[in-house]
Amino acid sequence: MKRIILFLMVLLFSSTASSVTVEVYEFTDKQHESLYKKMITELRCLVCQNQNLADSNAELAVDLRAKTYKLVTEDKTEQEIINWMTEKYGDFVLYKPQLNSKTYLLWGGPFLLGFLSIIGLIIFVKKQKTTVEIEPEDLKKAQELLK
Amino acid sequence: MVSQIGLFALVLALITALSQAVLPLWGSYKNNNTLMLTARPLANLQALFLTLSFVMLVVAFIQDDFSLKYVAYNSNTTLPLMYKISAVWAAHEGSLLLWVLLLSWWGFLIAVFSKSIPDEMVAKILAVMGLVGVGFLSFVLFTSNPFEVLNNIPAEGRDLNPLLQDIGLILHPPLLYMGYVGFSVSFAFAIAAMLSGQLDASWARWSRPWTTIAWAFLTIGIALGSWWAYYELGWGGWWFWDPVENASFMPWLSGTALIHSFAVVEKRGAFKAWTVLLAIITFSLCLMGTFLVRSGVLTSVHAFAADPGRGVFILIFLTAVIGSSLLLYSYRANQIKAISSFKLISRDNFLLVNNILLMVLMASILLGTLYPLMIDAMGMGKLSVGAPYFNAIFVPLSLPLAALIGIGVFIRWRDDSLKRIFFEVKYYLLISIILGVVWSLIYPQWYLVASIALSIAIWIFLTSISRLFNKKRLANNSRAKYGVTLAHIGVAVFIVGATLTSLYSVEKDVHLKVGESYQMAGFDFKFVKMDRKAERNYLSNEGEIEVYKNKKLYKTLYPQKRSYQNQQMPMTEAGIDAGFFADIFVAMGEDLKDGSWTIRLQYKPFVRWLWLGGLLMTFGGILAAADKRFFKFAKMAKIKLDEGADK
Amino acid sequence: MKKLIPFVLFMILMLLLYIGLSLDPKEVPSPFINKPAPEFATYDLYKNDIKISKQKMLGQVWLLNVFASWCYSCRAEHQVITEFTKNHQTVVIGLNYKDATEDAKEWLKQYGNPYDFVAVDKDGDIGIEYGVYGVPETFIIDKKGIVRHKNIGPVNRDSLQQTIIPLVKKLEAE
Repeated sequence: MKRIILFLMVLLFSSTASSVTVEVYEFTDKQHESLYKKMITELRCLVCQNQNLADSNAELAVDLRAKTYKLVTEDKTEQEIINWMTEKYGDFVLYKPQLNSKTYLLWGGPFLLGFLSIIGLIIFVKKQKTTVEIEPEDLKKAQELLK
Repeated sequence: MVSQIGLFALVLALITALSQAVLPLWGSYKNNNTLMLTARPLANLQALFLTLSFVMLVVAFIQDDFSLKYVAYNSNTTLPLMYKISAVWAAHEGSLLLWVLLLSWWGFLIAVFSKSIPDEMVAKILAVMGLVGVGFLSFVLFTSNPFEVLNNIPAEGRDLNPLLQDIGLILHPPLLYMGYVGFSVSFAFAIAAMLSGQLDASWARWSRPWTTIAWAFLTIGIALGSWWAYYELGWGGWWFWDPVENASFMPWLSGTALIHSFAVVEKRGAFKAWTVLLAIITFSLCLMGTFLVRSGVLTSVHAFAADPGRGVFILIFLTAVIGSSLLLYSYRANQIKAISSFKLISRDNFLLVNNILLMVLMASILLGTLYPLMIDAMGMGKLSVGAPYFNAIFVPLSLPLAALIGIGVFIRWRDDSLKRIFFEVKYYLLISIILGVVWSLIYPQWYLVASIALSIAIWIFLTSISRLFNKKRLANNSRAKYGVTLAHIGVAVFIVGATLTSLYSVEKDVHLKVGESYQMAGFDFKFVKMDRKAERNYLSNEGEIEVYKNKKLYKTLYPQKRSYQNQQMPMTEAGIDAGFFADIFVAMGEDLKDGSWTIRLQYKPFVRWLWLGGLLMTFGGILAAADKRFFKFAKMAKIKLDEGADK
Repeated sequence: MKKLIPFVLFMILMLLLYIGLSLDPKEVPSPFINKPAPEFATYDLYKNDIKISKQKMLGQVWLLNVFASWCYSCRAEHQVITEFTKNHQTVVIGLNYKDATEDAKEWLKQYGNPYDFVAVDKDGDIGIEYGVYGVPETFIIDKKGIVRHKNIGPVNRDSLQQTIIPLVKKLEAE
C-alpha cells in the first residue's frame, strides 16, 4: 500500500515531461547574477526525479528559485543561502555535499585511491622479479606478426 | 495470434539458451565433440527465435494491437509509424527484449565468425553467452513479459512519452545496448579462457576485436544519448551526471581500460590476470547499469519504468554470475605467471597508469553514484551527490590521463628513458603549450583550466598525427594504427568541445514582445511572430526568431512549444542553429498573455565537437578492430593448436 | 588470498544494493525533527480577524496538516484526519497551501472541515519555512513548540494508529 501511495505521489508531484520554464530575473549586480546561476544549478529540486532547480519546472522549483533570487539580492553569501536551504530541507537539497564527517570518504576517496594506486604501482614495478626474458622464439614470432 | 507466437518464440529461445549453456559445457567436460559442436547451431537457433519474437512485438505495435498491455500503454493509433516501431523499446519490457535480442545476435556473430577459434573454446564462449541469455530471458518471461494480455481491450492506447518521440530515441537505446551486451562477449571470452586455463596472447587476439567493437558501440550510444538530451530535454545541457548516465559511463571507462590492457597482453604477455579481471568488471558494470536503471534504487530523471521487485531478480542474477566469475578468477589468477618485466618508464607501465587512472575515475563515479545509498543504508540520513561533485573529481583526474596519450604513442615497450622521449617530443610540447595558451587568451575571460585543457588537446592531436609519419612510408601503417590515431584525435576534439562549451557558453532568459529584439553574444535576436500549427498528434505554438549578425540576417529559428494529446505538460522543442564552431539555441518559455513570451537564448561554442569527438572515437575503434592481423593471427593460432593436438 | 579481494568488494557492493532496494529514495527526512518549529503568523480562512501563529499554540500539542484543494491525494487523507479529530481533542490546524480562497472553501464544504483552524498560506511562504516539498505533509508539534514528527505524504490508518496517536498521547502526557 505504501508503495502505491508513494508511486502516486511521484506521479502527482514530479514533472517527467520536459518543458523549459523561463523566468526573467533582473540583476543590477553582475555578482548577484552569477551567484544566482550557480546556486540554482547546485540546489536540488526535491520533488523532481534528480533535477536541479535551474532545469526544473515543478512548482516547488519555481518557488525556490524565487526564494534564491530574493536571498541573493539581499546580499546573502553562498554559505548563508546553503544554510538557509539545509535548515529547511536537509543536506538532500545540496548537489554539492558539504565537507563534514559524513562526506570525508566521498571527497577524499577519489584522490586517496588515485594516490594509493600510484604508490602501489611504483612498488609493484620496482619489486618485479628482474628480467624473465622473452624467449627468442616468441620474440621472433611476435616481430613477424607486427609486420 | 501475434502475441502467442511472440511469447512461444520467447519460451523456445529460453529453452534453446538453456541447452546452449549446458550442452557444450558438458561436452567440453566430457571431451565429447558432438556435444561441443552443438554450441554454434544452438546460438543460431536462439537468435532466430528471439528475432521472431521481437518481430512479433513490432507487428503488434504496427497493428495497434491494444490487447497487449505493453502496446496499449506505450502506443497510440495517431503515432507516426516510425515511432510505433521505436516505441517497442521505449519502456521496460520492450527494452529488455531488445537487450536479449542483441545478446543473441552477438552469439550468432560469434558462431559465424569464429571459424578460426578452436571448437572447444567456441563451445565454452557460447555456453557462457547462453548462460547470460538464460538469466535475461527468464527475467523477461517471469517479471517483464511484453506479451502480457489485457482482459479489457482499450479502444485507444495511451501515448508514447513525447520526450521519446524522436530520432534520438530510435537510435540511442539499440546502439547503447549493443555496447552493453557486447561486453558480455569479452566476458564470455575471459571466462572461457579461465576455464580452459588458456590465458595467453591468442586469447587476447581473439577477444580484442570483439571488445573494441563493443566499446565503439557503447561510445556512439553514449554520444547519441548526450546529443538527444541536448536538443530534446530542452535546456541545452549535454551531460547531467545522472545515475543512469553514470551507469553507462562506468562500463565505458572500464571498457576503455580493457582495450588498452589487451594491447599489453597481446604484445607483451603481461597483465593477463588484470585484463581478465577488467573484462569481468566491465561486464558486471553493464549488468549493474541495468540494475540501477530498472530497479529505481536511485532516483533518476531517466528511470521511466522502475520496479524494486524486478531489482531483486537482477540483483540475484548479478550476484550469481559475477560472484562465481570472481571466485573462478581468485582460483585461476594464482596460476597465471607473469612472463615479462618492465621498467617505470616504459609503454607497459604507462598503459598500466592509463588503466589505473581510468579505474580510479570509474571507482570515483561509482562512489559518488552510490554514496547517497550508502549514507542512507547506514541510517545517516539523506544527501545528494550531483554534477558539482562529479565535475570536481572528473576534471583533475581526466586531464592527466589525456596528457599521457601524447607520451604513450612515443614511449617504447619495456624500457625507455624520459630524456629520450623528451628529445623526441620537445617541439610538440612547446607548440602545444604556446597554441593552447594563445587560444585560451582569445576569449573575454581567461581560465587556467582552459589553457591546460586546450594545450593537452593540441598535444594529443600533434603527437597522434606525427606517429603516422614515424615510418618512412605511410602505406606501412596498419588499420589498427589509423584506428588508434583517429580515436585519440577524437579524445582531443572532445576535450576542446567540453572545455569551450562549459566555460564560454552564454545563456540569457529574456522577456520579449513580438517585434522586440535582444542582443547577446554578438547576435541580435528578433522575436518576429508566433504561429499555431496542428500536427498529426500534437498542436504547437511556433515562434519565429530572426538572428542577426552585424545587422545582416544570419538565420531564422523556429522554436516550438508543443501540446501532445494525453499529455498535460507542454513540451519544448528548441530551435537550434547547429554550427561547426557554435550553436545558437532558442527555447520558448511562457506565454505571458500580453503578446510577450519569456525566451531562453543560448550561445554554445564548439558544442558539436563533443559528439564529433565521440564519432571519431567510434570510427577509430571500428577501424582498429578491422585490423588485418586479427585475421592473420587467428589462422596461425589454429595451426599451432592443431600441432599441439598432434603431440 | 589477495585474489579474493575483488570478490569480497563485489559482495559488499551487492549487499549495499540489496539494502538499497528496501529504502525509499524519495522520502526526505525533515531536518526540523526535535528542533523548534519555525515561527509563522497568518489568519484563518473563514475569519480574517483570527490570527494564527506558533506563539499562540505554545503549551499544547498540535498537528499541522498541510493540504490544498488541488492536491489529489489529500482527499483520501482527509477522511483519516476527520476520523482522528472526532476521537481526539488534540488541536489540528490545516495549512491551506498555495490555494485560492474560494477553491479551499468549496473543497472543505464538499469533504468536511475537521480543522480547528485553517491557516492561510496563499503564497506558500509558510510551507517553504516548514520545508514542505510535497502536499500533503503533517507535522506533530509539542507543548514547547518543537517539531517531534513529520509524516510525508498522506496520513493513512496505519500511520495514524501506529505512529501518530501513540506519539500524540505521549506528548500530551509530558
